[in-house]
Amino acid sequence: MTVSPAIGAASAASEAFEDHVSASACPACLAAPSAEQMAKSGDIKGARLMLSLPTAHCAVCITDVERELARQPGVRSARVNLTLKRVSVDAEHGVESAPLIAALDRIGYEAHELDAGMLSATETDKRGRDLLMRIGVAGFAMMNIMLLSIAVWSGAEAATRDLFHWISAAIALPTVIFAGQPFFVSAWGALRGGRLGMDVPISLAIILASAISVFETIKHGHHAYFDAAVMLTFFLLVGRYLDYRTRAVARSAAEELAALEVPRATVLRDGAEVVVPVGDLRPGDLIRVRPGGRIPADGEVTLGSSETDRSLLTGETLPVYVGPGAMLSAGEVNLTGPLTLRVTAAGKDSSLHRMADLVAMAESAKTKYTSLAERAARAYAPIVHLLSFTAFGVWMWLTGGDLRFAINISAAVLIITCPCALGLAVPAVVTAASGRLFRKGLLIKDGTALERLAEVDTVVFDKTGTLTMGTPKPENLGDLSAQDLAVAAALAAGSSHPLARALAEGTVAVGCAPATLDDLREVPGYGVEGRWQGQIARLGRADWIGAAPGNSTATHLKIGAQAPITLRFADSLRPGAEVAVAALIAQGKRVLLVSGDVEGAVAALAQRLGIAEWHAGALPQEKAALVADLTAQGARVLMVGDGLNDTAALTAAHVSVSPASALDAARTASDIVLLGQDLSPVADAVGIAVQARRRIKQNFGISILYNAIAVPIALIGLATPLAAALAMSASSITVSLNSLRLK
Amino acid sequence: MSVLTYLIPISLFLGGVGLVAFFWSLKSRQYEDPKGDGERILSDEYDDHPKA
Repeated sequence: MTVSPAIGAASAASEAFEDHVSASACPACLAAPSAEQMAKSGDIKGARLMLSLPTAHCAVCITDVERELARQPGVRSARVNLTLKRVSVDAEHGVESAPLIAALDRIGYEAHELDAGMLSATETDKRGRDLLMRIGVAGFAMMNIMLLSIAVWSGAEAATRDLFHWISAAIALPTVIFAGQPFFVSAWGALRGGRLGMDVPISLAIILASAISVFETIKHGHHAYFDAAVMLTFFLLVGRYLDYRTRAVARSAAEELAALEVPRATVLRDGAEVVVPVGDLRPGDLIRVRPGGRIPADGEVTLGSSETDRSLLTGETLPVYVGPGAMLSAGEVNLTGPLTLRVTAAGKDSSLHRMADLVAMAESAKTKYTSLAERAARAYAPIVHLLSFTAFGVWMWLTGGDLRFAINISAAVLIITCPCALGLAVPAVVTAASGRLFRKGLLIKDGTALERLAEVDTVVFDKTGTLTMGTPKPENLGDLSAQDLAVAAALAAGSSHPLARALAEGTVAVGCAPATLDDLREVPGYGVEGRWQGQIARLGRADWIGAAPGNSTATHLKIGAQAPITLRFADSLRPGAEVAVAALIAQGKRVLLVSGDVEGAVAALAQRLGIAEWHAGALPQEKAALVADLTAQGARVLMVGDGLNDTAALTAAHVSVSPASALDAARTASDIVLLGQDLSPVADAVGIAVQARRRIKQNFGISILYNAIAVPIALIGLATPLAAALAMSASSITVSLNSLRLK
Repeated sequence: MSVLTYLIPISLFLGGVGLVAFFWSLKSRQYEDPKGDGERILSDEYDDHPKA
């Protein structure tokens, strides 16, 4: 992949955003402003789009997706990568991702746009290939040297042994210099920073083993550790690569899930509409927001009336009516009518930014988690150095100053204690576990997330968009006569309001054909009106229709002089929500529900899912405070949420999960991203994490056991290169096999 | 032992061939989608260009 398509993708993506603003009212498809996105865009012919395909899993999926995408206008080719569950589309300039996602949705595949941060993705790919190349070289050298070493161990003498040692040296030295670089570089960095990381003893062992082997070869010695030096490099590189891949896969998918932000705003300057980057907005500017668009900055409505969806900001599911004088926050979605706003706060002062400050505060309050690997490395490095130097000193004294012998012993100690198994213990398990989680539709963004997930004892769920889909479903269509239903369907088709769309979908689902209406028009902020058989038919707000307002999500239908009919809606449950909550409770976790929504809706959901503790009407700060309180009481909190109002709580929690449909900010704040719609993998994830932590600890146990046997042998000077090779490969292989047992 | 003068270079050469083949497969991005490549063999669509 070259640089230019990546920039092309950036430009295509930013155009896609503009399209979202005008064509889509889906709150999850839009979000808050970013000036960064703007900087990346450029004008280049052709575009490469990336879509994530969480549900793709087989040959048929590949064929279906590629065939369907190739059929779309402007698409040159599409290639599915099943391992990463994404498809890369090579398209002409100007092709946007929204219609492609819609096309895939029609044939039954869920797709999300991936961000155009592809530049960095190519960089990381290069690093992965670089590591693989070093592994290849080390593997090649290891096998050849081992071939020669076996001849020496089985009794090659004198000139033959020297010859074999020389050939080994000729292979090993360039290999160690090339393949060992990642360790040398990081060890040097650690030393300069005054630290003693895991890489210092590793580098020391590799260098010492090579140097002493060259010396022994020159002196016609019996023992050369070339095979050990190269084998060490090989096994450690494998561990390093596994570790890298886990992180790279997670990073590329999670952070590139489309930024979904509104980078531009339409400003009225001297009566003309000018499109400017959101960062350039100033208080006092007049901005225009079309239906379906996200409010780019805090402001006061000066013209127009509409309804806004603020569910991602506050968790409220009911759209809110706004008219002139109403104050709006950045991030709300305008639903029905065009609005003109006077900006009151933009950029740093806006409510969006205040939310970001809240996140920053939660971030700084969070103590850094020390992973098992770090703890092991911290204990390990000093012990190894101490052992090696003690062995050197003691043998110098015992042999009366035989430098060659003493150095040989201390090198053998370093080589044998060298953390092949330790280096593999964590990455091998994490790779196996995150692979299993990925197949279940969970993406681990942070390497330590798995360990933290294993410690969780309390789970806090957000409601709207997390336990529920955030999309309403009509509840009482059955109460309507076929005729009323037909009129309602026709009226609903005339609006893009979420309730109207839900109603239209609901009527199609029950097989109702819309009636024919005349003079169909939408009254922004109120509803839809039309003429049916000479009578006025209206669908919309209670006060506009003349119905009694209720406290649940509802819309009202009135035909002619008939009594108004109330159509109630319920937020549909996210698939797997019941299973996930039940499984977590069965695992003995304390489950809480916290929502910014009204009490009735929250209580109903809590009862339905069997959640005993719930809090309604919670502000973002209160959510974060609740999580902090629980933490202060000693609980390890798993927070599951999707909205901007959850971001601070997600950051404050011990570990956090957000669905792929969540706002960019929420996904960034969370450690694990749920790729599919289904919520049930969350409960499995906790189980897998507990198992993974057990495996990691077992692996540490295994490598300690090997060392406990091998180190005394090395210390008393009985270690041969053969013993070192056996200990090293046996422990590495046992550890890897143990990791694969993860079920 | 003079056979070693042939055998060692031959073994190194063969190993080297393997290494070069590995570099080639790496450079032509054959490890980017192992799962997809395994599944693709079941697809009926004739695919003349294995790598995008």
